[in-house]
Amino acid sequence: MPEVTYLEALRQGLREEMRRDESVFLLGEDVGLYGGAFKVTEGFLAEFGASRVIDTPIAEAAIVGAAAGAAHMGMRPVVEMQFIDFIACAYNLLTNYVATARYRAGLACPMVVRGPYGGYVRGGPFHSQCPEAAFVHTPGLKIVAPATARDAKGLIKAAVRDPDPVLYFEHKFLYRRIKEDLPEGEEVLTPIGVARVAREGTDLSIVTWSALVWKSLDAARQLEQEDGLSVEVLDLRTLLPMDDAAIQATVRKTNRVMVVHEDTRTGGLAGEITARVNESSFEWLDAPVRRVTAADVPLPYAPSLEDAVLPQTEDIVRMARELAAY
Amino acid sequence: MARLDVIMPQMGESIAEGTLSRWMKKVGEPVKRDEPIFEISTDKVDAEIPAPSAGVLLEIKVQEGQTVPVLTVVAVIETEAGASSAVPVAAPAPAPAAPPRPAPVAAPAPVVVAAALPPPPAAGPRAETAEERLRSRSTPLVRRLAAENHVDFTVIPGSGVDGRVTKKDLLGYIEAGGAAALPQAAAAPRAPVSAAASAQTAAAPTRAPTSLAGPLVSTASGIEETPWAAVPWPGDRIEPMSKIRMLTAQHMVLSRRTSAHVTSFYEVDMTRVARLREAHKRAYEERGAKLTYLGFITKAVADCLRRHPILNAAVQGATVIYRQPINIGIAVALEWGLIVPVVRSADELSLFGVARSMRDLADRARAKRLKPDEVQQGTFTITNPGGFGSYVGAPIINQPQVAILGVGAVEKRPKVLTLDDGTDVIAPRLLMMLGLSYDHRVVDGADADRFMADLKRLLEEFPEGAL
Repeated sequence: MPEVTYLEALRQGLREEMRRDESVFLLGEDVGLYGGAFKVTEGFLAEFGASRVIDTPIAEAAIVGAAAGAAHMGMRPVVEMQFIDFIACAYNLLTNYVATARYRAGLACPMVVRGPYGGYVRGGPFHSQCPEAAFVHTPGLKIVAPATARDAKGLIKAAVRDPDPVLYFEHKFLYRRIKEDLPEGEEVLTPIGVARVAREGTDLSIVTWSALVWKSLDAARQLEQEDGLSVEVLDLRTLLPMDDAAIQATVRKTNRVMVVHEDTRTGGLAGEITARVNESSFEWLDAPVRRVTAADVPLPYAPSLEDAVLPQTEDIVRMARELAAY
Repeated sequence: MARLDVIMPQMGESIAEGTLSRWMKKVGEPVKRDEPIFEISTDKVDAEIPAPSAGVLLEIKVQEGQTVPVLTVVAVIETEAGASSAVPVAAPAPAPAAPPRPAPVAAPAPVVVAAALPPPPAAGPRAETAEERLRSRSTPLVRRLAAENHVDFTVIPGSGVDGRVTKKDLLGYIEAGGAAALPQAAAAPRAPVSAAASAQTAAAPTRAPTSLAGPLVSTASGIEETPWAAVPWPGDRIEPMSKIRMLTAQHMVLSRRTSAHVTSFYEVDMTRVARLREAHKRAYEERGAKLTYLGFITKAVADCLRRHPILNAAVQGATVIYRQPINIGIAVALEWGLIVPVVRSADELSLFGVARSMRDLADRARAKRLKPDEVQQGTFTITNPGGFGSYVGAPIINQPQVAILGVGAVEKRPKVLTLDDGTDVIAPRLLMMLGLSYDHRVVDGADADRFMADLKRLLEEFPEGAL
């Protein structure tokens, strides 16, 4: 099986869907001629033509609005936000229109909004955000965040095929750093709403997603070697709807759980997950639910400051030790 | 006649207060329903406010020029009987916070706070309240497991932060038969003597007794040192205690301190049992079991425990736990120490089953091949000092049980028998002394004696059909 990067897996997924279904088309800034800011859609213009790979003006609200209209007409648009940070410009369209169109007017809106997500790349505050908290409380949307190349492919295909709007957060740090063997000639589909146990363990659980799955796995290895701890790592993969059953299962298994996410602390999804754990599994907790998150500051540009603000493997290790000792 | 409050209305979603700019009616004046009675001035709009009902303006509570929060009562109208509006009287409740004031912060759940606050003071002279103990020493999981297993977790030394009892501590405690916790939490093992078989018990640091002076000091060995502690003299041979020796020592002392030991002695005529044994022992050997006096006794004890459940129990705090299974431990003396393998559900086995099980356990005990769960969860223990010739024994209870039977040697001794015609004769009989040590916290003399009387009768009239 050939080794494929996370980015290449995403590209494969998009390409396969576009070949499979003529109604799938792409729109976004620089997706066509330039092949995408990160080259995700390189070669697509040549293969699928200008009516299916559309270079748009710098106007996220308009892009999303146009996609919504196209979706109502039976197309399956895949919108790219050049950096997911810019999805904020389309917030009104997404929350006030796209998310509720089916509910309000019976108008299906099968579209995907995808974009590079997260930091660790010295991108500064406009190019490193994790915006899930802004959308997770909006019924009508789905949100996915793959951590592996396989899920990058599986989830983009699932998102395209989903009859409802899906926000797809691809982590820019993982684009070229993750390489995996992916089967050829086999349909790779990851179900939306299902988490994955990335590493089994018995002493404590880390609930996480996207790039931090990898740091959590590093931390788990270190904790096993140095502390003899058996750490379970749960990769949520989908943030909305969250896999409650998987979260409950891991909490009840290890009785000690921590949430690790790259988003800021206040209002980040760790609070939501903690509340759910509290509701479903309070009697199984042998320690309070803890979290490791980014600090509540705008993301700095200076490398040393970015490193200090974002969660690192040693932060995860430290919190896991506290949790294990409680 | 009814009193109706007139309130400062909310003129818009975001408006929180209003200024009463002008009264258009005076106190005592009649008002008609919907007739304007006062004017207000707000951020957004000035307005005339109508009377909610017909009546008489009874009281003015807010003066012209005063600014009050929305829903404040500004006046009272006395309505005419039967002319009251359908609108219920506004409850004269205090106005909600006008410019949104921060709501009082609810105290976070105790467990979460505990993590953020400095650690609670270590066990000081002041006794903790139950609530404090709970908060600082347990988690929801531990409390639930403790409740399910009827364990008082507050007595378990905790290995978590600040002495918190963790799931591991609790489960370890339950598995070890709930043996009373030893003073040093981290260092001392919790397993009772019977668990010493498997070499995997927690290591107890073997420290030679050091202090000569000072009051009773509990060391890691659990053996208290006293001012008259033994000191080696020249020529003495010093040997550190083996693990099994240490555990036995700890257990014996602890058992004496835990139970109110009383021993009752009974003499049993084993002549009939001996005869039955002679008759059947070869058949038993051929089937792979050794028929011994102890086998008969174990079987008889199992039957009697069914009839006298208080002897098959355990004490936990202020509760008596009546054990469902009858698991009889048989003490085996090995070169390296004492071990108590357990015949599980002995009452469900036939005499043959008991005999075979006992032989198998004893063999494997000597070969050090017992499994951990074969020395756990005993509910009653039998020990056999008679095997070494002892006349009778007054054994120490194997915690957390409430009784132990010491079996003396079976010997020919003269006994007075009454013949059918009433004549008394002295005849040689095979006699055996039994010593039942029991925990007088829950077993009274009468309970013990009833059990022993039953046991004696069963042994002296052992049914041949049971073989």
